[in-house]
Amino acid sequence: MELTLNILGAIATIVLAFIVGMSYGGIVRKITARIHNRMGPPWYQNFIDAFKLIGKTTAINHGIMQHFGPAFVMVSSIVSLMFIPILNNGGWFTNLNFDGDLIFLIYIMVFGPLGMALGAGQTGNPNSAIGVTRGLSQMVGFEIPWVMALVALMIQFDTTSVTGLMEAQHETGRWMMFTSPFAFIAAVLAMLGMFRYSPFDIVGAPTELASGPVSENGGKYLFTMMSSGSIFAFVKLTLYVDLFMGGADNLIILVLKTFALYMVPVLYGIVSPRYRTEQSIKFFWGWPTFFGFIAILYAVFV
Amino acid sequence: MINDKNSQKIVDIIQNWARKHSLFVLAYGTGCGAIEIPPTMTSRYDAERFGIRGAATPRQADVLLITGYLTTKTLKRVIRVYEQMQDPKYVIGFGSCTINGGMYYDSYNTIKVLDKYLPVDVYINGCMPRPESVISGFVKLQQLIADGKGNGAKEYKENLESYRANQKKIIPNWVMPDYNW
Repeated sequence: MELTLNILGAIATIVLAFIVGMSYGGIVRKITARIHNRMGPPWYQNFIDAFKLIGKTTAINHGIMQHFGPAFVMVSSIVSLMFIPILNNGGWFTNLNFDGDLIFLIYIMVFGPLGMALGAGQTGNPNSAIGVTRGLSQMVGFEIPWVMALVALMIQFDTTSVTGLMEAQHETGRWMMFTSPFAFIAAVLAMLGMFRYSPFDIVGAPTELASGPVSENGGKYLFTMMSSGSIFAFVKLTLYVDLFMGGADNLIILVLKTFALYMVPVLYGIVSPRYRTEQSIKFFWGWPTFFGFIAILYAVFV
Repeated sequence: MINDKNSQKIVDIIQNWARKHSLFVLAYGTGCGAIEIPPTMTSRYDAERFGIRGAATPRQADVLLITGYLTTKTLKRVIRVYEQMQDPKYVIGFGSCTINGGMYYDSYNTIKVLDKYLPVDVYINGCMPRPESVISGFVKLQQLIADGKGNGAKEYKENLESYRANQKKIIPNWVMPDYNW
């Protein structure tokens, strides 16, 4: 009985993440269009696109890894979703929490892009290869301030579990974006790269790289990439809300907080052109890493 | 149950609705018509409100847009791009040049009738067609898809020999991979 409930909870979590992530994608397209002074597609456009992509034939074969690449991305998204507390009180959502799951999350969150890199490598498309190198270089860029911010939190509150950090916020009654502001700044700057909106959309770069790593993936593969990307966006936003904004007591507060946070990379992206790879890395190794250092010093000495 | 004829019909209606509202366009800028695509996609005419969106690679695209004249040299690449696209796929012939050669009617170096080489679903007339007519062409294609009549790709598969014969007449050194959809 308990097993059935757990499985149902896991499915509910995935469905929630899928719906929220895809709707956010659609709303972002609408907001982008309004800023361009256009009508824009309806907010549910992403669902139509996804449904159409399932219905397309996919007669592309470049070898085994090409089929596994999108699956790796999906697995990475769902596994990291399972380790994120969706709500403060847990509810019926799955949370496979254990001590040290924050360190585990740092690893599992880069598993998807690495799997995708293997898959894209086998397609033999030069655009994919360039996209992968750019993506991995950029990841080296933004992972440093991101990990520094997390390490600062771990030192400051003496715990390596996400639930532990959430409990620490409840005890002090203050969000971590106020108790450890420098870590928050570093993490938000790293988030700009994590979401790959402009100016950090050097991986996809439709006009330059023909959409990069996914350029050989159409139909069902593209659907897998799209839906796992949406789930992963939800995962990252929820993790940020859990760590820095005190989590959420119910779904409405969760949606409000994640959406407010999501607007940071989106709105910054809409008004920005694209960086080159080295400019992007230079950006992340500049101020974000500096704030990461300050955050660690703050955590150790204050 | 899914093989039942009536259920298949319902599935087709739903799928055609989704296909109609989500057209990923690969704008193959073969000729001067490509200059009409940016105004069609940007603020003033905004094709995205119909669900029309640019796709960067043939693997992701649904619609191949042949914008203007097609030289014999480009034809080979266009055929290759078309055959890399995944079903269901549609072709829009854009401008007079794709219908009868237009102002290049007596050129030795361009093809005159696109339909001999690729199955065209919708033609957009004009030299050049304005963004309004481009959008009206897309709306026409959406109607065809909703009625289940956008069958160009099927036609191409059924009459592959005759299409190949026409293509090989233009392209003497035919070195192309075989696609078996």
